[in-house]
Amino acid sequence: MNDLRLNGLLLLGVLALIAAGLWLGEVPLSWAQFVQGFGHPGSAPGEVLWRIRCPRSVAAAVVGAALGLAGAVMQGLLRNPLADPGVLGVSGGAGLGAAVAIAAGLGAQSGAIEGAALVAAVLMGLALTALAARFREPETLILFGVAISSFSGALTSLVFNLAPSPVTLAEVFSWLLGSVANRDWGDIGRELIPMGLGVGLCAYSARGLVMLSLGEESAVMSGLPMARLRGAAVAGASLLTGAAVALAGIVGFVGLAAPHLVRTRAGADPGRILLPSALTGALLLMGADLAARLIPTDLELKLGVVTALLGAPLFALIAWRAARSWRG
Amino acid sequence: MTPAFALEAASVRRGRAQVLQDVSIQARAGEVLGVVGANGAGKTTLLRAALGLVRLEHGRAALGGRPIRSLSDLERAALAAYLPQERRVGWNLPAWRVASLGAPHLAPKAARERAHAALARLGLAALADRGVLEMSGGERGRVLLARLLAAGAPLLMADEPGAGLDPDAQLLALELLRAEADRGAAVVLTLHDLSLAARACDRLAVLSAGRLIADAAPREALTPAVLAQAFALEGQLEQTSVGPVVAARRRTP
Repeated sequence: MNDLRLNGLLLLGVLALIAAGLWLGEVPLSWAQFVQGFGHPGSAPGEVLWRIRCPRSVAAAVVGAALGLAGAVMQGLLRNPLADPGVLGVSGGAGLGAAVAIAAGLGAQSGAIEGAALVAAVLMGLALTALAARFREPETLILFGVAISSFSGALTSLVFNLAPSPVTLAEVFSWLLGSVANRDWGDIGRELIPMGLGVGLCAYSARGLVMLSLGEESAVMSGLPMARLRGAAVAGASLLTGAAVALAGIVGFVGLAAPHLVRTRAGADPGRILLPSALTGALLLMGADLAARLIPTDLELKLGVVTALLGAPLFALIAWRAARSWRG
Repeated sequence: MTPAFALEAASVRRGRAQVLQDVSIQARAGEVLGVVGANGAGKTTLLRAALGLVRLEHGRAALGGRPIRSLSDLERAALAAYLPQERRVGWNLPAWRVASLGAPHLAPKAARERAHAALARLGLAALADRGVLEMSGGERGRVLLARLLAAGAPLLMADEPGAGLDPDAQLLALELLRAEADRGAAVVLTLHDLSLAARACDRLAVLSAGRLIADAAPREALTPAVLAQAFALEGQLEQTSVGPVVAARRRTP
């Protein structure tokens, strides 16, 4: 399938799911109420549409797109189909920042948790960018990522351990499970700047990612500024991941699965799959959020739980199909 | 004439091992230079040192008459193209796409045309759209060689271009590299097959334990003394109807 057609279809899918996200929800709206709410944001149905459902759908779309893009960049950079946005430890670092903010009692201040998560992610991203400049082999970066991830996990466990009350513990736990419920336009707006910067850096790195398919020395000898391109890839993916975690908590599988789904239709070129991976990530996360909203449970399911429940079998199916195609 | 590459008294150390020691060598436009030696003799390191991919402990390296450290990435790529020993490709890209990566600075259409032309020269026109991970190791090796040819650089360096290729493909690869030298490029190869090296190269550089022990036309380079020192072989270069052949056996201790 050519790129234009694929991206066009995916974009239509994203718009369709945003429409579905506006239409479906806990409070059923009649067609008349829907039309009224659409035209009059101040009315009661308008409040539901514009202040609850629309930001929630848009938040799911931007977080999914950020994770899908970051996953595709990480897999290309590390030449590893098992890489995902969390592989270098940025998700864990952002989660730690949020946990510390909640434990420090900053949860009531608007944007404090999100800010702490983003700052922690940026610090991790800076450290990783410096490491990527020093160590070129992907295996080394992955090992550093595992170390950073494990250390962040240990510190987050320490926060749990030292949590002043069970309420704080529950708050941290709930945040880490991921959700886009109750996000407002301000929450989304705050993350758009780091996400926009991340998108720009990832787009810049695309031609370096395809060259890295041939290995480090071929890439270096290609004449492309590989040190800059590699740094841009790490920094861009870190910003996207950090902003996504800041907006929605830790959401797994989307960044891992989206590039694999795209490769079945768009081929394996690591540069060409970036845009469709972002759109597919948006589709996956909006679908998972709709499922979280509509599955009838006493307490709404958390987004990270739904993506893991739906994503793991889906990923096994992708792996099965990929293995069959590799066998020929 | 300015040499395509020049190493002057170059030494390279990896950890505690001295992998290249005091090596001076050049390659000129229009010639095929073969670098031979036993495993671990320093062949790959010599190529990497010449391209600035490894830091010199002592000595100087130059490409096209300019010190390697003064060249930008883009300038270096304009002066030299390299086929590393590593033949792994990370993703299942179509063969034409891999070959087109040899010319990343051309417009996509021109790079694609050049890639298809290089694949056709290697007899791979019919496989141009096939994914490289669906190919045999030898076919993939030929695709990567097509990438080197697509670069069209004045210096082509290939680390074991015949590795994994069948005999016909090996001869074809060497013929194509000779054609590149005939069009004015300097070609530098590492080879393990000494008979093939003697037939394909104008000049052979023989390395032994990181030292250059011969740098001359094949007949003068592959003397019985050099074969004994560099390869622990007992024998000599003999002329046959198809060209020179190294007739040798292992030296018994």
